[in-house]
Amino acid sequence: MTVQIKTIDLEPKRQTFGHIARRLGGDKPATRYQEATLDLQATDNFHYKPQWEPEFWHYDTRKTAVVMEDWYKPLDPRQFYYATYNIARANANQAVERNFTFVEDRDLLGKLDPAVKAKLISGLLPIRHLHWGSNMNMSEACQRGYGTAVTAPCIFSAGDHLGMAQIVSRIGLVLDEQTGTALDAAKEAWLNAAEWQGVRKLIEDTFVERDWFKLLVAQTLGVNAVLLDLVYKHADAAWGPAAVPVAMLTEFMADWRAEEGKWSDHVVKTVAAESEANKALISEWAKTWIDRAEEAAGPLATALLGDASAAKTAADAARARARSLGLTL
Amino acid sequence: MAQIASITLLHNDDARPIIEAILADNPGVRVLNMPGAVKLDRDDELVVNRASVEARLGREWSPQEIQLVLISMAGNLDEDDDWFKLSWKH
Repeated sequence: MTVQIKTIDLEPKRQTFGHIARRLGGDKPATRYQEATLDLQATDNFHYKPQWEPEFWHYDTRKTAVVMEDWYKPLDPRQFYYATYNIARANANQAVERNFTFVEDRDLLGKLDPAVKAKLISGLLPIRHLHWGSNMNMSEACQRGYGTAVTAPCIFSAGDHLGMAQIVSRIGLVLDEQTGTALDAAKEAWLNAAEWQGVRKLIEDTFVERDWFKLLVAQTLGVNAVLLDLVYKHADAAWGPAAVPVAMLTEFMADWRAEEGKWSDHVVKTVAAESEANKALISEWAKTWIDRAEEAAGPLATALLGDASAAKTAADAARARARSLGLTL
Repeated sequence: MAQIASITLLHNDDARPIIEAILADNPGVRVLNMPGAVKLDRDDELVVNRASVEARLGREWSPQEIQLVLISMAGNLDEDDDWFKLSWKH
C-alpha cells in the first residue's frame, strides 16, 4: 500500500496591508520593517489644533524649512523597527556588561594613579550631560518630525544617548567605588570648568532650536561628528594608562557611531538631494554647527590633549563627511 | 542535459531577503512554491551572494546564517566568506 501525503498550498488573499502594497507598487510580501514604518504616522482627520502651537497641526511638514515631497524617502538603511532595534541593542549591551565585568574583576580602573582618575572625572565623565542633552534633541526631532521613516530612528537614537550616558555614569561609579562622588565632581566640571563651557553652551543653544531638521543636522554633524568623535575617537592619548580600559568600556560608543552614522548620513543625503533649496539650507546649517562645534571643542581638546589640533581634526572629518553627502561647505 | 543545482529554504521573514537575493543574482532560476518552503532550481549553478543579501537585509550577514533557514540542497557546495555556491562543476 502506498500512502500519498497531499499538501495544499493556500495562497493568502493579500501579501501585505493595502497602504504598504500601494507603496511597493503591488501586492508583494513586505518586510517587517516596511510594515512597521511606511505611512504609519497619521496625516489627516485630526480633531483639534494643538493649543500650544495653533499655527501647526500635530504632525506638520512645515515644522522644518526643508521640503520633501515624500518624507518616507529617507528610509533607515539599518531597517530598524522596535524589535530589530531592541535585539541589536540587547546584544550590544551584553558586550558592554562583559567589558565592565572584565575591567572590574581585574580592578583596571581602581589601580590607576589618582591623577589619571582625576583626569577621567574632569575630562570624560561630564560627557554624560552632553549625552543627556543629545537625548533631549533626538526626542525633540522625533516629536516635531514628520513621517515614521525619520521619527522612529530619532527616538531610537534618543534611547541610545541615554544608554551611553549610563555607560559613562557607570565608569564614574567604578572610579569612585559606587559612592557617586565622581559624578558630583563631573557635574561640577560640566557647570564650571572653563573647558566644558563652550560645549555646554552649544548643547543648550540647540535646546531652543525649533526647526527639527536643523536640530537633526546640528546634532548629527555638529555634536556627534565633532564633539563625541573628539572624546571617543581622538582623545585616547588623554587617558594615558587608562586608555585601554576606557576604550573597552566605551566600545559601544564606537560601534554606535559607525552604525548610526549610516542612518543619519543617509537621511541628510536623501533630503539634501531632494532639491537645490534643501541642499543650500542643509549646507548652511551643517557649516554653522560644525564651525560652532569646532570652536566649542577647542578648549576641551586643549584640556585633554594639550593642544587644540584634535578639535580641528574632528571638525575637518565632519566637513569631509558633510561634503560626501552632497553638501557644499 | 544540464544538471540542476537546487536549494530549498523555509519561506519566512528571515529567508525572504535570501530568496530575493537568489532571484536577483541567478538569471533563469525556477521557483517552486510549497507550503512553508520554497525550492529554487537552476541549471548547473546557483549562488547566494553575501553582498546582495546584506543590501536587502540592512545589516551584516554571514553566508553561514543560511543554515538557519536551509531545508535541503543539491549540488557540490562551495562556501566562502562572500558566497554560498552550489554547482556540478569540478
